[in-house]
Amino acid sequence: MTTHLHSPAVAATAVHKSYGDHVVLDGVDLDVPSGTVFALLGPNGAGKTTMVQLLSTLIRADSGQMRICGHDVDREPDAVRAAIGVTGQFAAVDGFLTGEENLMLMADLNRLPRRERWRCAVDLLERFELTDAAGMPAVTYSGGMRRRLDLAMTLVGKPRVVFLDEPTTGLDPRSRRTMWDVIRRLVTDEGVTMFLTTQYLEEADRLADRVAVLHRGRLVAEGPPEELKRQVGDGHVTLRFADPDEYDAAARILDVISRDESALTLKVPGRGDVGSLRRLLDRLDHAALTVDELRIHTPDLDDVFFVLTGDPTARQEPIR
Amino acid sequence: MSNVSSTVSIAFADSATMLRRRLRHMLRYPTLILTAAGVPVAILLLFVYVLGGALGDGVGTAGGMSYVDYVVPGVVLMTVATAAQGTAISVSIDMTEGIVARFRTMAIARVSVLTGHVLGSLIQTMLSIAAVVGVALLVGFRPTAALGEWLGAIGVLAMIVLALTWLSVALAMVAKSVATASNMLTPLMILPMTGSGFVPTDSMPTGLRWFAEYQPFTPFIETLRGLLMGTPMGDGLILTVGWCAAIGLGGYLWAKRLYNREPTR
Ligand SMILES: Nc1ncnc2c1ncn2[C@@H]1O[C@H](COP(=O)(O)OP(=O)(O)OP(=O)(O)O)[C@@H](O)[C@H]1O
Ligand SMILES: [Mg+2]
Repeated sequence: MTTHLHSPAVAATAVHKSYGDHVVLDGVDLDVPSGTVFALLGPNGAGKTTMVQLLSTLIRADSGQMRICGHDVDREPDAVRAAIGVTGQFAAVDGFLTGEENLMLMADLNRLPRRERWRCAVDLLERFELTDAAGMPAVTYSGGMRRRLDLAMTLVGKPRVVFLDEPTTGLDPRSRRTMWDVIRRLVTDEGVTMFLTTQYLEEADRLADRVAVLHRGRLVAEGPPEELKRQVGDGHVTLRFADPDEYDAAARILDVISRDESALTLKVPGRGDVGSLRRLLDRLDHAALTVDELRIHTPDLDDVFFVLTGDPTARQEPIR
Repeated sequence: MSNVSSTVSIAFADSATMLRRRLRHMLRYPTLILTAAGVPVAILLLFVYVLGGALGDGVGTAGGMSYVDYVVPGVVLMTVATAAQGTAISVSIDMTEGIVARFRTMAIARVSVLTGHVLGSLIQTMLSIAAVVGVALLVGFRPTAALGEWLGAIGVLAMIVLALTWLSVALAMVAKSVATASNMLTPLMILPMTGSGFVPTDSMPTGLRWFAEYQPFTPFIETLRGLLMGTPMGDGLILTVGWCAAIGLGGYLWAKRLYNREPTR
């Protein structure tokens, strides 16, 4: 076995991919150091899944070079496959088999030493809180359980690089937190390199060492999440008024980002912490203005895209 | 490290794993096996009890045997065709499952997914055939075969099933939907009927007779009938081996190529 200690876990240069006339990736460069978490951020249709499929040998690029742990994706697909584990966007479990049988299937295919196969399955079931459901066919699992089984199956082969395509989309907050814990522990305890895609700024912030933002087939930002957040700012507060006159008066005294005349709402900057909220409300009180509704808005993908590209909306799906 | 023998042993191990997966599916839904045997059994009973009286006269003058003895090889091959359709349906469904995308990202023998399906179908089809022959024996089928001929018949059948299963796997992957996959196999169901399965070919009109004499199911049926009933086989066995090699190898290479092509959703 050749080891490539000094090559990055994932490296891509000038990757292009089109479907017919539709350019999905238009020259993407990536560099993910070993043992770190990388998050590819982008809205629906940005090309996140396409990037994962290219890196995991599922589809071929039109041009460009990609290497995983030093192995060329095009020329040494089997070496790449031996190094990676993929949890795709849609659950890749065998619905007719039970959770335990699914894991045993992976243990067999990864050709683990015979005696370890069973123990590996049992350990993973426990770690992903699936022990109780181990004997049930996977079709009967909830979305969150299927997602966990999916990741457990990915880990059977002890991959050096794990791809996770939107690992928490559709999960409830508790399952999402469990998933985050699992991901972080994999990196800290086992030194796995994690390549994940997400639509949530918060998720990228929580998990990733570096974040890249995909927009119209190119990366429009790349760096540590703090940097991105600094660029995006603190978020904002929206205020809705019942009375048009009060709405006008408030618009005059406050520092307004944007306004919506028909809904009588104002967007003002603010982190939503108690101090700044109190100051905001005091100013309104002072002017004897009544706020009908107040919403605190933490920065999300829309804000990121607004700041980075000036596009008011993050949607990138072509209209068909 | 990656010499030929380890590549081959990996291919065997992975195919065995995929076969286990396939057998688990079958055991979880055993009705599939019963359905695969049910249709041919119904056809057997139809031919023996409803049509047998009329058709039997023509056959009797030709072969000097009872109609049930004449018709069993044809019904057995209909079982093979029905099962091939079942294979196409299950492969077509399986290819849309997320798990197959996972297999594609793993360092396993690539063709093993397909080999697992083919071997699983081979076992399933042979069980269906056993059920059909069992019923045939109950309704008066009296083969003259000794042990050697029985083994020969099983071998010939396994060869035919293997060839047709590879073909149906390839067809299943060409088809864009499960319904298309199933329809593509329908002609295979007609072939035993337009061969010498149910009536001798010389009783057919000229055009059809010409087709019947040159299509693969006729030598399949003649060989099987020869082995089971001791009728003359002619060049049936050589033709059978030739057809099976061509269909099986062609189906295998085609299926493999289709599987290796980029998946489109
Ligand atoms: N096989 C294909 N054929 C044609 N177009 C495709 C194909 N796969 C992807 N696309 C197109 O490429 C674009 C990017 O798709 P992709 O699935 O990579 O987006 P994504 O960022 O993963 O989106 P989502 O957040 O919805 O998962 C989309 O416009 C999609 O329609
Ligand atoms: Mg996607």
